[in-house]
Amino acid sequence: MSLLSISASPHVHGDNSVKKIMWGVVIAMVPAMLVSIYYFGLDAVRVTLIAVAASLFFEWLFQKILIKGPDTYMDGSAVITGVLLAFNVPSNLPWWIIVIGALVAIGMGKMSFGGLGKNVFNPALVGRVFLLVSFPVQMTSWPKASPITDGIADAITGPTPLGIVKEGLDAGLTIEQVMAQVPSFMQQFIGGVGGSLGEVSALALLLGGFYMLWKKIITWEIPVSILLTVLVFSGIFWLIDPTHYVNPLFHLLTGGMMLGAIFMATDMVSSPMSRNGQLVFGVGIGLITVVIRMWGAYPEGMSFAILLMNGVTPLLNNAFKPKRFGRN
Amino acid sequence: MQTFKLGGVHPPENKLSAESVIETLAIPKQVIVPVGQQLGAPATPVVNRGDEVKVGQLIAKASGFISANIHSPVSGKVFKIDNVYDASGFRRPSIIINVEGDEWLDTIDRSDDIDAEIKLNQKEIVNKLNEMGIVGLGGATFPSYVKLMIPDGKKVDYLIINGVECEPYLTSDHRLMMEKGEEMLIGATILMKGLNTDKAMVGIENNKPDAIEHLKKLATKYKGISIHPLKVKYPQGGEKQLIKALTGREVPSGKLPLEVGCVVNNVGTAFAVYEAVQKNKPLFERVVTVTGKSIKKPSNFMVRVGTPVKDLIEAANGLPEDTGKIISGGPMMGKAVLNAGIPVVKGTSGILLMPENEAKRAEPNTCIRCGKCVSVCPMGLEPFLISKSAKLAKFDVVEKEMVMDCIECGSCSYTCPSNIPLLDYIRLGKNKVGQIIRNRNQK
Repeated sequence: MSLLSISASPHVHGDNSVKKIMWGVVIAMVPAMLVSIYYFGLDAVRVTLIAVAASLFFEWLFQKILIKGPDTYMDGSAVITGVLLAFNVPSNLPWWIIVIGALVAIGMGKMSFGGLGKNVFNPALVGRVFLLVSFPVQMTSWPKASPITDGIADAITGPTPLGIVKEGLDAGLTIEQVMAQVPSFMQQFIGGVGGSLGEVSALALLLGGFYMLWKKIITWEIPVSILLTVLVFSGIFWLIDPTHYVNPLFHLLTGGMMLGAIFMATDMVSSPMSRNGQLVFGVGIGLITVVIRMWGAYPEGMSFAILLMNGVTPLLNNAFKPKRFGRN
Repeated sequence: MQTFKLGGVHPPENKLSAESVIETLAIPKQVIVPVGQQLGAPATPVVNRGDEVKVGQLIAKASGFISANIHSPVSGKVFKIDNVYDASGFRRPSIIINVEGDEWLDTIDRSDDIDAEIKLNQKEIVNKLNEMGIVGLGGATFPSYVKLMIPDGKKVDYLIINGVECEPYLTSDHRLMMEKGEEMLIGATILMKGLNTDKAMVGIENNKPDAIEHLKKLATKYKGISIHPLKVKYPQGGEKQLIKALTGREVPSGKLPLEVGCVVNNVGTAFAVYEAVQKNKPLFERVVTVTGKSIKKPSNFMVRVGTPVKDLIEAANGLPEDTGKIISGGPMMGKAVLNAGIPVVKGTSGILLMPENEAKRAEPNTCIRCGKCVSVCPMGLEPFLISKSAKLAKFDVVEKEMVMDCIECGSCSYTCPSNIPLLDYIRLGKNKVGQIIRNRNQK
């Protein structure tokens, strides 16, 4: 027998680990990844691989030259950033724009703050928004989603349902006219709607969300409060004037709504810790998203909403403390 | 099924010795009896080197209100009074006795007959517990008679008997409930009389269905005692969590359970109370679990206080080759000890041998702000924040973040995916803030 160890209690540790959490998120993204391959074919694989490889490389590089700590690229967090970045761009994006996106996401969004756990904003969203404002044309011409079983995807590009509605309403069309141009709710829910890689199927995203809930990687507060807020807030306007405002279900099922609510806003590092803080965080994201979608310049507001609420997370952590025992 | 609401974790239960019937351990050749084995002031020795002592004879007298008498667990000759390492890792004054035979004081009733008739009145019960050196056997070793002294204006609604045993591995309370259930319930009845209350609740986690069934059957004979199965969740054995689970009442921060009309005693204490009051037997032996994944014979022993831990390990078929850590108590709140020579004391509920591969902590990583420590904290604190502030020596923040509410259950460190030793820093903060508060109050 060797020497006895001495340490303070507790002497056992649960089976939680950072790696387990991060790779759990990656597993949860697989259904959406498969759907994107189904609709965009090899292009989806290409975008995802470039984004992940570039994220891993920049994680490794900045750790080496900037932070000078032990290697962190295999902890899974850079892979998540890579996949999420891929989920947020069109499948025909040139490779060098993806690499720039990864550079901004990992370099500016994460490593400049000191790496995992220290970033204020969701890194993938920082990259995405940077690309959106720098390369607006490439970032908003989405190839039509057509199953690979239909043969080689043609090069037709078109706007997303959100874009169609926004442009249509701005051009003075009625809701009925614009809604005739977009796919049915069922189609939006199952998949096959044009958009970024990760946006095509709400169902696949929900599957991943339930997996993360089951594995206790995320809690229900953030996604549910976002979706409920969007439903109620856009629903009020729809009830008041259904000829000018779209059905709230449309808001829930289109664009990055599910992707943002399930995978982006729930990022542990950049979201509040206490339950009440998380609820306020979710309500804030829901409100801002709907405001941008209805009255803003962009058809989609999810990314901006999450980034804005990321910014107030430290304040929410201060303002909303957990329920204390014996102090009420 | 009832449980407490806020936080909590589910560590693997590993109750390896749950079926092992309590065996009486052979008396060692020498016992080491620390005089500071209760919460509060150490007792003052009343024997000298060379004195002959009998089993149950007073050898150290309580010094002050919060202290406890200590009685000889063996018969023999006082070898010396010296400083010896105990489970705390410090050298503490102890009375060392060389054993000769096993001669008990005549006043102790050694028969196994169950005596259910309580002859003492309220005041006599209090005095008897004080005289017999009864302390809480759940781990805190708080002098039991003090808990029975209810200040004017306060009323006890419930006596709560703690049979939760939420610490993984430990089974001493479980076995006691199975084998001494009747005595334990009489002990509870005595405590009810001492507290002048007619209601008692026994809380038992439902991973011990045999004990729940057994006591439910027995309890029909005892007026006012009800048995309550509880959903398994650590740290349900914590006084405040147990009161919350059973009554829904929340003990206010910084206050005693009495504030919400409750007094909590452990099942082991109830048994000791029975023996003290009905059998006139001081507290000098207790049930100790000896367990661990590599141990050949996980056991429960009735052990005299002062027996070296190595004797218990020998009786459980020896120290496993791969032992990397010896813990006095359970894995969540127990203390790692320096060596196997330390003695069993009144508060020793178990000896846990951890294999080498589980004995060392993993390297800590960076905090990923997952908030899991917040969601498992049974006191509703923010362990990451207190811990970080203590590390940065910002003790004003540590105090403002209510560090003194921490019950040191270890759920935060247990659950942290980054292996951050949260509780270590929180203890540091608690220690410093405690000093700061004491200094402030002196001014």
